[in-house]
Amino acid sequence: MTPGVTDLLAAGPPVVVALTAVVVLLGSLLPRRPRPPVVPTLAGLTLAAVWVAAQAWTPLGRETRQAFCLGPAEAGVLCSYSAGDLTLVLQALVLAGAAVVVLMSAAAVPEQRLPAGEFYLLLLCSVCGALTLAAGGDLITLLVALELVSLPGFALVGLRNRDARAGEAALTFFLVSVVSAAVTLFGISLVYGATGAVHLDAVRAGLAASGTVAPMAALGVVLTVVGFAFKVAAVPFHFWAPDTYAGAPLPVAAYLAVVSKAAGFVGLILLLVVAFRPLAAVWGPLVAVLAALTMTVGNLVALRQRAAVRLLAWSSVAHAGYLLVPLSVAASADGRRVLGEAVGATVVYLVVYAAMNLGAFAVATAVSRRRPANLLTDYRGLARRAPLQAAALAFFLAALAGLPPGLSGLFAKIVVFRAALDGDVAWLALVMAVNTVVALAYYLTWGAQLFRADPQDDVVGSSAAAPVTPRPLRLALGCTLVATVALSVLPQLALQVIPGISAGLDEPPQPVAARTVAPLR
Amino acid sequence: MNVLLLALLALPLAACLLLAALRGPAGERWAVTVGTITSAAVLLLSLGAVRAFDTAAPQRMQLETDLGWTSGLGLRLHLGVDGVSLPLVVLTALLTLLCLLHLRRHLPPPGRPRALVALVLLLEVGLLGTYLALDLLLFFIFFELVLIPMYAVIAGWGGAGRGSAATKFILYTLLGSAVTLVGFLVVFLQTGTLDMVELADRGGAGMSRTVQVLAFLAVATGFAVKTPMWPLHTWLPDAHSEAPTVGSVLLAGVLLKMGTYGLVRIAVPVLPEGAQLLAPWLGAFGAVGIIYGSLVCLAQTDLKRLVAYSSVGHMGFVLLGIATLTPAGLNGALFANIAHGLITGLLFFLAGGLKERYGSTDLAVLGGGLYARAPRFGGLLAFAAVASLGLPGLAGFWGEMLAMFGAYRPAAGLPRGLFLAFMALAGLGTVLTAAYLLMVLRRVAQGSAADAARGPLPDVAAHEWLAWAPLAVLVMVLGLWPRTLLGLTDPAVRTLLGVGP
Repeated sequence: MTPGVTDLLAAGPPVVVALTAVVVLLGSLLPRRPRPPVVPTLAGLTLAAVWVAAQAWTPLGRETRQAFCLGPAEAGVLCSYSAGDLTLVLQALVLAGAAVVVLMSAAAVPEQRLPAGEFYLLLLCSVCGALTLAAGGDLITLLVALELVSLPGFALVGLRNRDARAGEAALTFFLVSVVSAAVTLFGISLVYGATGAVHLDAVRAGLAASGTVAPMAALGVVLTVVGFAFKVAAVPFHFWAPDTYAGAPLPVAAYLAVVSKAAGFVGLILLLVVAFRPLAAVWGPLVAVLAALTMTVGNLVALRQRAAVRLLAWSSVAHAGYLLVPLSVAASADGRRVLGEAVGATVVYLVVYAAMNLGAFAVATAVSRRRPANLLTDYRGLARRAPLQAAALAFFLAALAGLPPGLSGLFAKIVVFRAALDGDVAWLALVMAVNTVVALAYYLTWGAQLFRADPQDDVVGSSAAAPVTPRPLRLALGCTLVATVALSVLPQLALQVIPGISAGLDEPPQPVAARTVAPLR
Repeated sequence: MNVLLLALLALPLAACLLLAALRGPAGERWAVTVGTITSAAVLLLSLGAVRAFDTAAPQRMQLETDLGWTSGLGLRLHLGVDGVSLPLVVLTALLTLLCLLHLRRHLPPPGRPRALVALVLLLEVGLLGTYLALDLLLFFIFFELVLIPMYAVIAGWGGAGRGSAATKFILYTLLGSAVTLVGFLVVFLQTGTLDMVELADRGGAGMSRTVQVLAFLAVATGFAVKTPMWPLHTWLPDAHSEAPTVGSVLLAGVLLKMGTYGLVRIAVPVLPEGAQLLAPWLGAFGAVGIIYGSLVCLAQTDLKRLVAYSSVGHMGFVLLGIATLTPAGLNGALFANIAHGLITGLLFFLAGGLKERYGSTDLAVLGGGLYARAPRFGGLLAFAAVASLGLPGLAGFWGEMLAMFGAYRPAAGLPRGLFLAFMALAGLGTVLTAAYLLMVLRRVAQGSAADAARGPLPDVAAHEWLAWAPLAVLVMVLGLWPRTLLGLTDPAVRTLLGVGP
């Protein structure tokens, strides 16, 4: 496969989003500023999603899944952009999540006087990075894509330039990201030094060929994991997340908590499971400990939160812990057998988590229009004021807690539990079981507020001033609600991706087999 | 494929969704009526299931429905009834209907009947589903489904300490059931099936002894919290005494039974080696619970709390019966389950009635003289109390007698001496139980001329008879003709235990 037109066709989704970003940028330069470019942005995201669907379901897609390859077309080709099932599912998730964030932003951007052109430009750039990250086939592409996800993020967080909290949040986020990027880069350079390769398949072959675990390679792997642990806000590298979420505009916080986190996870999966698989004995236990710490600290601190966004921030830290659980099975004796399924479990959890968490953020955005402080007590009387929003939030919280009727969350947790037990990390399953109980405590505290009487409603006229929820925000809420209900009734919608992802990871193409010295053990 | 059981679940669920959609004053006005009609229809359906049930072969799963739901999890919508679950299904349907009849006249503050009825109906779905499910994950989903509605009923309509009582209830029981889920998944991963009938048939084949013991420990912990077993019972007194009457009745009447039902249906037959090893512990905790429950009851000053604690003692008998792993013990446990549901349901209704008349359930406030002031009410209270203490001829007697009988000769391999000691403790417990219930009667029902001079109270009204009489009648029927129930449970229990008829 020679570099050429087909390459761009294969890499269509990120290219479409990048072009949309250019269009949005040019549009914002017009002398008479048009309305915020919500429609072009959504159109670009939709086109990219259609492209992803075409790659997944049409026979044509089979030929256009790899791009920017080295070497001959037969076995042994190494590609920098390669879209397997894992990639396509994550790209679809990123695009859907971004579309919901755009809907949430449609009203928030003009109301908070954020510069519309820049906002959507930055958002699209970040989405482009997330799409590329999901398809990254070499270490450099992964790193660059990861930075492309994060860099616009700082600006998005700090866009409210008259707000001191926003500035602090952006600075915290920036410093943490730069440090984590540096750590990751150092780790990657050590891996490169040990294997002499940057393509993921070649790195795996190189690590496997060396037989023993080289200390340099092991250190490189550990540092890379640490770098990504910052991105996905795993404890003890999580401290930036609550401040950043609380200081950012709410739709941006939702974006960071869901889309950006999903991108971090797909990067982590590609590195660990594809490239560093021969060193699973090194990173498996590390991930297990990170998972246990992350969920426990996240849940315990969330117990003490009084503001909705901070609670969601800490709960998303805890969910990152659940998401890490399946990856830790690599540490077990027969981890290789179940690792593919385990990655599938993480992806299923990501899909369910995205729907329910974006839903909770959508309701929080609606409430913050009336009560900007967005404390848990501001949700009092919501069941009376806005019964549908209250019912939706109660449902999302039940799903986050994993209790019926929020069955989607329960199914996602069952999948993760099953992966952990199948991979012989039963202790982690028990830690997680206890954690779900802790988590329920704070979701309940929040949920119970919805049905309490609001003392401020007795003040004459205060309830009359309730602003109407704008239509795009209602649409965002509706989409997430439909998705969460659908995943509750038909969990197979999400679960069906597991076999494809598992097959893609358990039977990797053996591109460099001709060059490897020792076969994979 | 039989749609009867599916309809049993779909009907209350549909009514619950209908009520959720019926906003505005019309919804509030019609809520209780809709609920009453629905639950009456559910009771009729469950009686239809009894009619369709082949009582000649109660050990066989009947009226089965088996539909695929989620192949990725191996989860199937598999429902069925046998002699173990059928009585519990009818009990659930009956108590729900009685609760809704009670709500017609006695809506607990702060009103809002639409929400309360919708929650009670959702609770009914969860309870019925738990007793009907034949798939481990499906069972678990229904087992968890009751948590949020019961939490909301206590937190929304309960007494002064409702908030913390409700939170304690849900967190405790979730902690138990989260561990249960881990146990279920271990069973699934070891055997590759979630089908409860098939797992029971295999009787632990395919699982090593260690796996069985650990899985039993995990599964039984969750059920023990729900039952509740001493020392995991601490959520119960608060939840029962703070809940509104309908909540207490459903909690004590059918919700606790989910735990013991799970032990009989899943833990014991699916993990027999684990059960064999841990049964003495189960029996010990049960026996301690009997003594502990009755001693604590003796010290109570509040009638509702006393009835709540009495559940710990009564469920101790159930646990002891299960721990013997004998047909007699398990039959006794299942009988005591139903009897306790009827009697304690009645007692909580009566306590609610006293609260309406006196404004409190504190024994000191109640004073004496109920026989003189409201003779029929007093008589009914005396009837419920003596039924609860296990007077022969009433329902409370047979279950506890059979449980102790089972402990006299426990299954082979269990330490007989230990179980004899448990039996002696249980015997002592029956005496203490009689002591506190007679104390209640002496303090509340009997009294001096001065008590009678406080004037008459409104006696049992027609609508109260409507809700209470069915329970009293059933207590008598089961006490006089225990075979109606034992004939159903005995063959099923023998099949579950894998012993011949």
